[in-house]
Amino acid sequence: MNQALERHLNILDFTLASLLRRRAKNLSLLAIYLLVVFMLASLAFFVTALKKEATIILSGAPDMIVQRLMAGRQDLVPADYAVEIAKIRGVTAVRPRLWGYYYDALNGANYTIMASEDPAVVPGSATIGAGVAKARNLAVGDLLPLISYDKSPVMLEINSIYPHGADLAAADLIVISPDDFHQLFNFPGGQATDLAVTVRNPKEMSTVAAKIAGTFPDSRPILKSEIQRTYQSIFDWRGGMTLILLTSALISFIIFAWDKATGLSADERKEIGILKSIGWETSDVLLLKFWEGLVISLTAFLLGVVLAYGHVFLLSAPLFAQALKGWSVIYPRFQLVPVVDAYQLSVLFFLTVVPYTTATIIPCWRAATIDPDAAMRY
Amino acid sequence: MRRSVKYLLFTVAILAIFLLLPLHAHYIQRHSGDEIKLQMTKLQRLHVTDLCLATEARYTRHLALADRHAPFQEHPLALEHFPSGSMILPNLLTRDTP
Amino acid sequence: MIELSGITKSFNSGKPNQFTAVDNVTLTVHPHQITIFKGPSGSGKTSLLTMIGCMARPTSGRIFLRGVAAARPFQQEGLEVVEITSLPERFLNEIRRSTFGFIFQQFNLVKGITVLENVMLPAYPTGEARALFRARALSLLEQFSISRLAGQRVELLSGGELQRVAIARSLINNPSIVIADEPTAHLDSKLSQEFMAIAGRLKGEGKSVLIASHDPIVYDSPLIDSLVEMRDGAIVDIRSCR
Repeated sequence: MNQALERHLNILDFTLASLLRRRAKNLSLLAIYLLVVFMLASLAFFVTALKKEATIILSGAPDMIVQRLMAGRQDLVPADYAVEIAKIRGVTAVRPRLWGYYYDALNGANYTIMASEDPAVVPGSATIGAGVAKARNLAVGDLLPLISYDKSPVMLEINSIYPHGADLAAADLIVISPDDFHQLFNFPGGQATDLAVTVRNPKEMSTVAAKIAGTFPDSRPILKSEIQRTYQSIFDWRGGMTLILLTSALISFIIFAWDKATGLSADERKEIGILKSIGWETSDVLLLKFWEGLVISLTAFLLGVVLAYGHVFLLSAPLFAQALKGWSVIYPRFQLVPVVDAYQLSVLFFLTVVPYTTATIIPCWRAATIDPDAAMRY
Repeated sequence: MRRSVKYLLFTVAILAIFLLLPLHAHYIQRHSGDEIKLQMTKLQRLHVTDLCLATEARYTRHLALADRHAPFQEHPLALEHFPSGSMILPNLLTRDTP
Repeated sequence: MIELSGITKSFNSGKPNQFTAVDNVTLTVHPHQITIFKGPSGSGKTSLLTMIGCMARPTSGRIFLRGVAAARPFQQEGLEVVEITSLPERFLNEIRRSTFGFIFQQFNLVKGITVLENVMLPAYPTGEARALFRARALSLLEQFSISRLAGQRVELLSGGELQRVAIARSLINNPSIVIADEPTAHLDSKLSQEFMAIAGRLKGEGKSVLIASHDPIVYDSPLIDSLVEMRDGAIVDIRSCR
């Protein structure tokens, strides 16, 4: 047992010595490898954490949103729809939602304005997201002037600001009273942007949706599960762009690694011959090559994943910010709650470490099985 | 110290950090969980349905609820589709004209 | 004692380009002696040495190692004679590593690593503790007065230094038999004589030295014990020089 360990250590010693011989080449190889693993792992961490975050936020979302379509476009929902829907069996509550977008010409930002029934939001006051506060340089007690539909200003006093922790849901929110909402947008009374419907039994959801669609043919019920599904595809969508980039990076890396690992140089071949002639067995040579592949790929994998974790969860993924941000003025801080998905990491491991190590060993197989006396015949 | 032992110690060290990642994640999840819950109950009253990932245009904010025509409603120049919209700024001269 | 009986080695057997490198050789090599295999190139001396050194198997015939101290795995079982031609690959390797040390015509040193590492190389896969064989390697370097080169890369060495490194390497596993194939082919006369002096020293330490050579400095050396002359794969003459 001890002997086997010593043999491994001895051969590892030689592996490291021979890797250090081509220091520049092997270090740059390690660096490229590290970068690929780092990007892939960062992406995996980022997307998984976003999905988790979405699940948390959507768990508090209404069971069903009912929109109204007019000539194929979304239109305001009359209040009597809410009364009728509330009568359907299984529906616990129907709340009309008032919300819309506000384009701030001062800084080019898009805010989301929501009306809240919350008594804390009295007319003339507003609760804003941290992103809005930053974009307009506002603090609690400040006045936020918004330009209403007829260009007259509506002055709102900031009563509180959502902390950065809630950025992923609230960075661009301005929550105001329904009165202010009506005044700001000239929003007709007795109407709502859409309806938030709560259903007692989740199993009845589709039945209720069918009933709503039957009662109001111009309505469009959107289930929470459908929103969740949309989000799954959005992350594939957003992640998809990066994935395409990274796939091409990965493929070029594979070509590179393949070229490096399979192109056994004459020097290497000769070296294997020498090792065989001085008493190394085929298995010793293969062990040497195994270590050679593993030292590079395992180091790159472990370091890459650890760095990616720091990048995404400690530094809030600055490298992805540009890709996600686009030209948004308000950009949430991705203070993501860390999630480690063992499955993804093992996939990454099997995509990077295993092929590289194999590609290092396989071409040596033939060279290592030459007769030990071949070196005598040079 | 021989090279192989140095290398193995180094590998064990990063392996240890690697294995600590799930524990760290778990720890943060438990400790920031309360704050998040508090925020969420506050936000739940608003019935927020979407994440604020990007606010570059209206359709990027309420992805789940945007109707198909939303991209064209921005302004006449905003024939916006992903991913070009994420990369290219609309013409600044016309940006402020509704 | 190494006994060869009816050793034949053919290459490409059964094909039109078949040729026989060693043809029905029967020979006894005595221990603690310097034995020279003399002959022109292609006479089969190298092939014969590779078969004795467990690097290749003969096409037919048998080789016995009798009372060779370092055939370690078998000694424990109390075996006095080992017939190496019929042994499985694994045991053959084991014997090769522990019993034989090789010095090659081209020295076959690994470039890019240090002299010390080159010397230790054959010991790596044996599973011996590094500290032990490292000490042995250092003492070998000292013995051949090349200690100062221990940390240098081999490509910076002169021919004589390379040869000493190669000899030191062949001795790292403490073999009882040293096999050298045309060791003086790339050396000038002075260095060749120096090599023979070292061979004599090895004999003095109780090792058997087998040298294939067609260099008169080697086969005319007063240090040698027996001379085996070969031609066309067969032994022409065996002479004792004592």
